[in-house]
Amino acid sequence: MLQTNLKHIMTADEHQKFIEENDNVMICCGRMGPMCVPVYGIMEELEDDYTHVTFADMEFDNPESAVIRNAPECRGFMGLPFTVYYKNGKLVKATSSIQSMDQVTAILNEQFGEPK
Amino acid sequence: MKDDTIYDVIILGAGAAGLAAGIYTSRAKLSTLILNEGTPGGQLVLTHEIANYPGVESTSGYQLGNIMKKQAKSFGCKIKSNLHITAVDLKSETKTVEVNGKDTYAAHTVILAPGGRPRMLNVPGEEEFKGRGISYCATCDGDFFQDKEIIVVGGGNSALEEAVSLTKYASKVTIVHQFDHFQGFEHAIRDARENEKIEFEMESMIQEFIGNENLEAARVKNMRTGEEKIINVEGTFIFIGYVPNTAFFKDVVELNEYGELLTDDRMKTNIPGVYGAGDSVKKPYRQVTTAVADGTIAALSAAEYVNEIKRKQKDLSEA
Repeated sequence: MLQTNLKHIMTADEHQKFIEENDNVMICCGRMGPMCVPVYGIMEELEDDYTHVTFADMEFDNPESAVIRNAPECRGFMGLPFTVYYKNGKLVKATSSIQSMDQVTAILNEQFGEPK
Repeated sequence: MKDDTIYDVIILGAGAAGLAAGIYTSRAKLSTLILNEGTPGGQLVLTHEIANYPGVESTSGYQLGNIMKKQAKSFGCKIKSNLHITAVDLKSETKTVEVNGKDTYAAHTVILAPGGRPRMLNVPGEEEFKGRGISYCATCDGDFFQDKEIIVVGGGNSALEEAVSLTKYASKVTIVHQFDHFQGFEHAIRDARENEKIEFEMESMIQEFIGNENLEAARVKNMRTGEEKIINVEGTFIFIGYVPNTAFFKDVVELNEYGELLTDDRMKTNIPGVYGAGDSVKKPYRQVTTAVADGTIAALSAAEYVNEIKRKQKDLSEA
């Protein structure tokens, strides 16, 4: 399990339920490495403001994470973490490797709208 | 938002130096605000394992950074992260820091602990292929390059050690280095030279990354002969050191030619009431322990400065 303060998704079933039950979802799939940790930190920071988005992480080396690793939108990705965004259960955006606060908020604002 | 509080101390940066300073100043009952552009913990949280921090047998940098953050908060230190510092006035008696172009914070003293970040090549294609062949972390992304040919850029210990480590996965590793000699330790150079999977392009620099969806090649120029060649690779790992996050303070506080903050043995800068700490300060060694030491000294110096201001204010009010 990843050592973050985010919600941890452990299984593919849990992942499916999570994206079905929440309209706007951001999941970071990675390890506790230097490219991943900053993204978890950004997500933890944004949780208070982006209350219309639900945030979670998933451990990259968990076999159940194949649901993200093998997503067509992640084809060709060669850098951790794989960060995926779902709207109404559909994957709408995916990024590879480290992202800045500005890059993450730009995607959240574009896909889910700015916080009120 | 306007925060009317005049803090005793504002600390810019929440790496090991900034958090150590925050622990000391808030523990000393000085009102303390840490403003941080990235994730609290800085370079510390990016370190996989720390086994030489005295008193801690072995831990991850993430855990150690989290504990430091909790410690600082437990003493009343406020921490605001992932923001942009847009303006500073450090020369006035009451110093101010503006963030995100709108929120302004004031304090009697400021400790600059902005840390450093990995240096980028800044060549065409680098940003485009980040995560699609270009990486800055062998531990994170090495296994994506099983049986593939890759480049490692750099000539220091990190580049040499990671190049050797990457031969576990890659079929061939080409080290591209701008000088005719390496800056790493002798044993790291020997390990790289003795590895049959590693080749060398010395006195050379990458000019451009080429590809479609993913990285396919790099254009490399020999700086001595001017000759250019295309090296077909699916991956490139860049380890060319760190740069201090001090560009913003260039015309504000005294820096050397490398952008490092110049401080005395009490971590004072050239501006009264402004201190420096951590990896952004000019010094020979950069470790978590040295960052913590800098933060501690800066905090104690700042506390002395604040107490002197308060003593003078009290004398005036009683006169």
